[in-house]
Amino acid sequence: MSYVRFVNVTKRFGSVTAVDGLNLEISKGECFSMLGPSGCGKTTTLRMVAGFEDLSEGEIYVGDRLISSPEKNYYLPPEKRDFGMVFQAFAVWPHLSVYENVAFPLRIRKLPAAEIEKRAADALRSTNLSNVAQESPAALSGGGKQRVALARALAINPDVMLLDEPLSSLDPHLREEMRFEIKDLQRQYGFSIIYVTHDQAEAMALSDRILVMKLGVVQQIDTPFNVYNNPINKFVFSFIGLSNFLNVLRSGDKAFPQGCDVPLPPNLIPPDTLAETFSLASRPSEIDFCAESDNNGRSLRGIVRRKAFLGEIIDYQIKIGEGEVRVQKSRRTPGPEIGETCGLILRRPFWYAGTE
Amino acid sequence: MNAITQKRSFGAAQIILFLSVAILVVVVAVPVLLIFFNAFWVGGKFNLRDVLKIIGEPDTYQALVNSLIIATGTTLGSTVIGTFFAWLVTRTDLPYKRFMKSMFLVPFMLPSFIGALAWKMLLSPRAGFINRFFMVNFGLSAPVFNIYSYAGIILVEIMYLFPFVFIQVCGALERMDPTLEESARISGAGLFTITRKITIPLVMPSILSGALLIMLYSMAHFGTVAVLGIENGIFNIPTLIYQRIHQSAGSFASIRTGTVLATVLVVTAAFIIWLQGKILSKGHYQIIAGKSFRPMELKLRTLRVPLFIFCLAYIGFTIVLPTVVIFLVGGLKTYGLPFTWENLSLDNYKFILFDYKVTKDAIWNSVTLGLSAALVTMFAGVMISYVIVKMKVRGKGILEFLGMLPFSVPGSVIALGVILAWSGKFGINLYNTVWIILVAYIARYMAFSLRANSAALEQVHDSLVEAARACGATMWQALKDIVLPLVRPGMLAAFFLIFLPSLRELTVSIMLYAPTTRTIGVAIYTLNEDGETVVSAALAGIALILIVTGQSLVNYFTGKTGGAGGK
Repeated sequence: MSYVRFVNVTKRFGSVTAVDGLNLEISKGECFSMLGPSGCGKTTTLRMVAGFEDLSEGEIYVGDRLISSPEKNYYLPPEKRDFGMVFQAFAVWPHLSVYENVAFPLRIRKLPAAEIEKRAADALRSTNLSNVAQESPAALSGGGKQRVALARALAINPDVMLLDEPLSSLDPHLREEMRFEIKDLQRQYGFSIIYVTHDQAEAMALSDRILVMKLGVVQQIDTPFNVYNNPINKFVFSFIGLSNFLNVLRSGDKAFPQGCDVPLPPNLIPPDTLAETFSLASRPSEIDFCAESDNNGRSLRGIVRRKAFLGEIIDYQIKIGEGEVRVQKSRRTPGPEIGETCGLILRRPFWYAGTE
Repeated sequence: MNAITQKRSFGAAQIILFLSVAILVVVVAVPVLLIFFNAFWVGGKFNLRDVLKIIGEPDTYQALVNSLIIATGTTLGSTVIGTFFAWLVTRTDLPYKRFMKSMFLVPFMLPSFIGALAWKMLLSPRAGFINRFFMVNFGLSAPVFNIYSYAGIILVEIMYLFPFVFIQVCGALERMDPTLEESARISGAGLFTITRKITIPLVMPSILSGALLIMLYSMAHFGTVAVLGIENGIFNIPTLIYQRIHQSAGSFASIRTGTVLATVLVVTAAFIIWLQGKILSKGHYQIIAGKSFRPMELKLRTLRVPLFIFCLAYIGFTIVLPTVVIFLVGGLKTYGLPFTWENLSLDNYKFILFDYKVTKDAIWNSVTLGLSAALVTMFAGVMISYVIVKMKVRGKGILEFLGMLPFSVPGSVIALGVILAWSGKFGINLYNTVWIILVAYIARYMAFSLRANSAALEQVHDSLVEAARACGATMWQALKDIVLPLVRPGMLAAFFLIFLPSLRELTVSIMLYAPTTRTIGVAIYTLNEDGETVVSAALAGIALILIVTGQSLVNYFTGKTGGAGGK
């Protein structure tokens, strides 16, 4: 059942189109992430749901309630939308205690005193803040402040929680911990999450579905598994996970990596006949080494340029013609040394039209 | 052969330190200490009872009360107006906000005693243009408003002092993280509730700090009260000090009264500064934004046009009208004639610029005094700042304290201290010469220079000098080739921070002038007192042109727009 629904939503700032014709349905209880480089329109989309930006075109519904529609000249102000929202810079109010921060949305709704106390206490307990309730949030660490922001958003028990890069002000260790806490809270309270981030690991770990956006245009909406394993285009492939691209030029029924005189093995030539030039894409973790001579129609040949020991894995940079390919192997796997020529087997090749 | 030279026990560092201490002690510490000494030390004995007796005298006591009344009224009024306008230009959809903001900062440039003169011409009970207009045209028997009153003085001071609160609150509102307000909005609060419960409390430290600054300034303010108060016998502390010293030509009793009043001023000022520091350190919230989205704008809807007209009217009434009056009166043949074309000419302006010795001297004195004070203070300031910021020596805290002391010591106190120190008691008599004014200017403006130069020096990281030393430069070469070029903008800023205000200086010069050493401010004030209204207005007009041109040039070259860089 779709809960938050975008119909043809477009947002322009002057001559710049920040979001272009977005159609999207998010189900109740779903954790939905919007991912993309900065300026791709993900934050603008979230702020349109929150009501901080109005729409240029289209409509947004929550449940069966219309919340924004420029055509019908209808716009529900943010304070009437009953969402929870957490911002990147915490935005906890330093002049109020932790308790008063959390009680604020309840007081605004003029709930009875006993109810306010109970709900605020619940929210503080769920976020492990009960023992600092009377302190000033200014005294808390970054993680503490973000918990206050979460508790404040939880207090009214919202159906939709809007999270605007909530973890990117925290240090990496804390980030991972908070990720799980958010997921736990969602299980406990059952709200839908719309999550904006530029950190793909965060999006993958949290989300039921991911939306990848570029310059205001949706590239792909799918589960983390599918976005990683079946990226729909070169942008998604390069944005999610580590990626290699080799430029390939066709010559008759053969194909050569740019600047290389050894032809591509037939299994690396795309099944359908793409254009004259194409990109051969691969993940560094999905490449195996083989002996240089083992060229029974399967391997590429390159020279090791750099080899870096990163602990668990060894990172190789291998030159093929004018292009380069990164390979990551476990430190237990034997590999070539710098300057040696080696054979490479791409386990999962992807092809995209055009070169860089 | 010993290639390693011994570390000299008395090197460049010690010379710099010694000079810095000497300058601050002679210029700042001695005059201030002499004031306390004269106030409490009578006939070789510490005498507190006499001090209390002087404070208890009706005149003195009344001046203290007046200072408090005027300062309190001014502070309250300026805070309300300053906060309201700041909110209007940063958080609403008022039309032409940027223009409005720069207009609200204009009073910073205008000397308030010139404003007071203009208001005297407009609203003095019998001759004021506005009062006369109503009395003649509407047959009113009494004036509409008497500017020679507490209310008049307070209103005029508010007009010129509210930018202190305005600029502080504008800064805080602009820097504030918009998500602090957005999170209140998403929590269900409307814009009015947010303003009341979130925005205003968060900028409260800035409001209070601006308010205390105004309190400090108004307590010690000379010009407006001198122009508007004396007529009705309203004296505050600085004007009473001036009157006593001036009338009795430096008799012992008047000096004592002066020093006691000065002591009260210094103590009050110190208290205000202490309070300000406390508010700023305790309530200084971290509200600065990471991400920059435009803050929400309150739609004023039906109030938009009325508020816009109100702002324009305020600007027209408090800035344009007084300025126009000054220039018009400056063009009149005789004060009292109606403003018609045949009565107006540029003759007065020609007269004061080319023929009248008093005003020609005054302009020359102000310009040379300003240039000299700015140059001396700039170089001394960079040296002392260097000691404070960069050198690791003991006792530099005292230097910092001494350097910033003039911030809390009002101009009239400095003038009095300088009289005590430099009128022959200690072998050097500068009284009745320009030099005594120069010394007083240096003492008064040293803090400006220290602040600008310290800020510039803090930007120069130690490693830059260390890198130069590692490349083979001596300490002097490193200072000359690395540090000086980098702090040059700070030094220039210090120069103009001193030169421009000294062109309009009145409080200090009025206590120290002799017939041939009038400054522009003194000349405007005394000419007006002597009834030469049109000449005094013409000189005020020239002063305004000088100040506004100077400030605009500085703004243009430093790329700033009216104090705070608007985005």
